[in-house]
Amino acid sequence: MSGEPAAPSGQAAALLRRAERWQLWEIALWIIAVAMIFVMPSHMLILTEIAILALLAVSLDLILGYAGIVSLGHAAFFGLGAYSAGLFAKFAITEPVTGLLFAGAVSGVFGLATSFLVLRGSDLTRLMTTFGVAMLLAEVVNQTGWLTGGADGLSGVTVTPILGLFEFDLWGRTGYIYSLIVLMAVVFISRRIVNSPYGLSLKAIKRNPTRAAMLGISPNRRIVVIYTIAAVFAGMAGALLTQTTSFVSPDALAFHRSADVLLVLVIGGAGYLYGGILGAVIFTILRDWLSVITPQYWMFWIGLILIVIVMVGRERVTRWQALLPGSAANREAKARAAALAAARDAA
Amino acid sequence: MLTILFDGIAYGMLLFILACGLSITLGLMNFVNLAHGAFAMAGGYITVIMMNRYGISFYWCLPAAFLVTALAGAVLERTLYRHLYGSPHLDQVLFSIGLVFMSIAAIDYLMGGQQQLINLPPELRGRFEFLGVGIGRYRLFVIIICAILAVALQLALTRTRFGSQLRAAVDDGRVARGLGINVSLIFVATFAFGSGLGGLGGALGADLLGLDPNFPLKFLIYFMIVVTVGGTSSISGPFIAALLLGIADVAGKYYVPQLGAFIIYAVMILVLILRPHGLFSREGGR
Repeated sequence: MSGEPAAPSGQAAALLRRAERWQLWEIALWIIAVAMIFVMPSHMLILTEIAILALLAVSLDLILGYAGIVSLGHAAFFGLGAYSAGLFAKFAITEPVTGLLFAGAVSGVFGLATSFLVLRGSDLTRLMTTFGVAMLLAEVVNQTGWLTGGADGLSGVTVTPILGLFEFDLWGRTGYIYSLIVLMAVVFISRRIVNSPYGLSLKAIKRNPTRAAMLGISPNRRIVVIYTIAAVFAGMAGALLTQTTSFVSPDALAFHRSADVLLVLVIGGAGYLYGGILGAVIFTILRDWLSVITPQYWMFWIGLILIVIVMVGRERVTRWQALLPGSAANREAKARAAALAAARDAA
Repeated sequence: MLTILFDGIAYGMLLFILACGLSITLGLMNFVNLAHGAFAMAGGYITVIMMNRYGISFYWCLPAAFLVTALAGAVLERTLYRHLYGSPHLDQVLFSIGLVFMSIAAIDYLMGGQQQLINLPPELRGRFEFLGVGIGRYRLFVIIICAILAVALQLALTRTRFGSQLRAAVDDGRVARGLGINVSLIFVATFAFGSGLGGLGGALGADLLGLDPNFPLKFLIYFMIVVTVGGTSSISGPFIAALLLGIADVAGKYYVPQLGAFIIYAVMILVLILRPHGLFSREGGR
């Protein structure tokens, strides 16, 4: 935060401070998430799944909702994190938190290396390069069967208690608490990032990269940074999956995972961080329900939902955001109403 | 060695026919249609159903596959695609992924998940030696058909009235409309034609590429490579890209099978880094 007294930057700082203030619904959401540990002790596994998917979606939101990069290969980082956590646990240290950080670091390095691919070209080029990178990784995993188990997946991952204290139990309670803590930490960090001047500059780049560059905001460096951060978070999500299931399958890198996480963001709405979490909740419940009704064919309904959402309009689907007290959209609506009222008074 | 080259050319020609519909929608109409493979799959399954259930000759199946998928393309364009021409690319991507998912599940439900086989007519089976090169009859057939189509397409796009109207409509829809060109009619015709070509490619490729419900996803990357590497400003760019891709893929699978699809992805990423608008683009693209 810049504490300069100059009027415009002071205004901007006030804006950022307001945006960063904790809202009632955010706190409520986290309380509900924690309460789930006691309310639904028999549903820990699916809750863990939701937390992991939410983490992945939040990381995609950082690059899609804030930097405006359309990625079809976000599963690359997820899968990379999953495999590096698995291999790390198998051959080096079995303690999960170390593995989590290691997976995040590996994925971050990979993200940094590939971030230069999304700097150039149009949406289409980005789609293709991100997609290509994900396919490339999937192919590497497939071909290096001696290391990764190939198509059979990586088994024999042993996970010791977290920090040597909390053992993973059969019902997934520890796993859920662990995933939830990581998710919380990531969301807190992401909140700080997007509500900083840096986050504002990302939004400017999303709106119009050329104009942002002319205002003295260099898009390239900022995109590299956010892409790397998102890769770290996605890698951690993958590591969580490995550690809570003690298994990695090539499915972690599959195309449908990238598509799923896009759908999650579309359901929840991109560009305000919590869209990933809400979307993950809705998506997972929906998928569970659909695969009970029509096992094997739930993909059809997911596809239908995607089409309906696009045809109706993404903005309209996520308009309920404005109802949340204190959200940006709500504030805008209020301001507009106030301006209208003022105009009417003046007339 | 030359046989591999020949197989590669056949494969590349097939890829071109499959992908050139996409290069029209994506390149000319600027619509990211990831569901193009679904049309190709539809063409393949139409052939399978007609041949295996009703015993209709293979030669009749090809035009049928073209017509039915073209019709499906026209209907979908009118009802759904049309509304998304002006939408952001993300919407188009999501929409077409949704379409792919639906088609995969629908085919799985209707036809089952197994690989579909067709029986080619006897005169297309087997191979013969020509100047020491082993030539598969069916591959020769594919090459001839695809070459005729490629030439016809190039001529249609550059020499006919429709071709110039299409290019006008794409370059500046508003001005074209002002000049009395029925842009939406041209778009629907073009889209239908592109889908039909995809369907024809799927029918021709049912034997060479294999056909199962995952076809649209499995070959999506190939189509996209052809279009993005070939550039989207002409027919010849994707054509050369498709040939290169076909030859490289067949040769790669033959000589270094352990690398698998690795080379193709790597080459595509490399090309996209160096030439973001494709290898053969004329003016930097849009």
